[in-house]
Amino acid sequence: MNIEEIKNDFPLLKNRNITYLDSGATTQKPNQVIDAVKSFYENFNANPHRGAYSLSMEATEMYENTREKIAKFINSRQAQEIIFTKNASEALNLIAYSYGMDNVKKDDKIVLSIMEHHSNLVPWQKVSKITGAKLEYMYINDNYEISDEEIEKKITDNTRIVAITHVSNVLGTINDVKKIIKYAHRKGAVVVVDASQSIPHMKIDVQDLDCDFLVFSGHKMLAPLGIGVLYGKKEILNKMTPFLMGGDMIEYVYEQETTFAPLPNKFEAGTQNVEGVIGLGSAIDYIEKIGYDKIQEIEQEVVNYAIEELKRLDFLELYLTSNLQNHSSVISFNIKGVHPHDVASILDSEGVCVRSGNHCAQPLLRYMGIDSTCRASFYFYNNKEDVDKLIKALNKAYKMFERFLKK
Amino acid sequence: MNNLNSIYNELIMEHSMNSYNKKKLEKADLCDIGHNPNCGDEITLEVKMNGNVIEDMAFSGHGCAISQASTSIMIDTLKGKTIEEAKEIIKTFISMIKREEVNEDDLEKLEDAIAFKNVSNMPARVKCALLAWHTLDDMLL
Repeated sequence: MNIEEIKNDFPLLKNRNITYLDSGATTQKPNQVIDAVKSFYENFNANPHRGAYSLSMEATEMYENTREKIAKFINSRQAQEIIFTKNASEALNLIAYSYGMDNVKKDDKIVLSIMEHHSNLVPWQKVSKITGAKLEYMYINDNYEISDEEIEKKITDNTRIVAITHVSNVLGTINDVKKIIKYAHRKGAVVVVDASQSIPHMKIDVQDLDCDFLVFSGHKMLAPLGIGVLYGKKEILNKMTPFLMGGDMIEYVYEQETTFAPLPNKFEAGTQNVEGVIGLGSAIDYIEKIGYDKIQEIEQEVVNYAIEELKRLDFLELYLTSNLQNHSSVISFNIKGVHPHDVASILDSEGVCVRSGNHCAQPLLRYMGIDSTCRASFYFYNNKEDVDKLIKALNKAYKMFERFLKK
Repeated sequence: MNNLNSIYNELIMEHSMNSYNKKKLEKADLCDIGHNPNCGDEITLEVKMNGNVIEDMAFSGHGCAISQASTSIMIDTLKGKTIEEAKEIIKTFISMIKREEVNEDDLEKLEDAIAFKNVSNMPARVKCALLAWHTLDDMLL
């Protein structure tokens, strides 16, 4: 498939005359995913696990087959290790409440990186406040990376949980999670990986990583909004108490007592987002059809071109590592002296969609000494033309502000 | 595009980048912080009262050009007004930004702040223009 064929699969990119550079927030959806959701409602809609009639059985089968598909996609040992949630945030809350609260105590340590999204930070603050465990951060160096020394300084013998993002949603830095996991395991800690920003772009193999938990959201990888995935090692998930109580997660319910269903149902209370699951299955098919190698090839060419072109604008400040092999598809920048919201509004007037603000990562930006950034994030449906439009719009924004800037 | 040029005009740019109202008051009677958590804009407003009259005002903090200029121009407009007058003008400004019916006489009382009229066509920026006005409204009881 070439880039034009790919673009043709995305109706929004054809229907709206825009340059979409906010895939880090959510990706656009291909026809295949939209059609899969539509077809589900037209041909298979019933509540899985509920009915004895064949329509409900078919819906159950589609739902459970997608679980199998996801297990294979991330190379999990078995489908029971895949839990559907509404997003990565809910998955992280599940881990924090059902694992964190019961497995850390006063004076234990929970170690995060400073580049965590609020979703992998605020739940751990809650665990820390309730249990009395200490919350510590691995900080970035001047090259926007976490050094080996920092990892070894922070992850110590009393560390029980390490929660880390695979790819920073602000910096694009790819953390060497495999190395961190190995080190954390030596220290006896359990590791939670937030793969929300990595799985759209690179192959994830949970057995190779040996992570204890891994989460991601569907909507950042072509699937509908409102579907997320939690992977957990079966032996750990089995020991955890349920997070949300309700229908379908039980075995026997008495007036005063309840026993719970086995995995994965134990963690899936109530009617699930079945259309989201079906859409996610279709998104995985689409990604596998193109292939991660091809995705990386396309993205690398466009992102490298974007970095080159952005570096030529001397009015810009860029926040990214110089080790480009450790950098994904997110580029944060500022026009020196101009607030990113103003820049984003002017870019919007040129049809260029970028995100501006603190990107749900206030501690990181505070650590960097800035309030906010503009962020352009790319996916395989972007091309060099999109980069050219970004550059043109940035020049326009700078020109509007130039004579008012303090020299 | 027209919206953009009418918003990022000379007056607003000057107020946002080089405001003479961005300073500390020697003695303030009221001081409060306005914050838009989603975008991180944060301003501190200081007010010096003389009886019922706003004698002086100043601001500090950080934010986009629209929030900074809106704060600075609000200070120019409301300095010397009584609390009642200021509250009325704040109401007019909020109505204008929210595209509610406002009569010409009231609009005139906004003075330079009328420059923000077209922000009403940029939904993503409405909260930037309103930050200081809401903050002051809460401060003046």
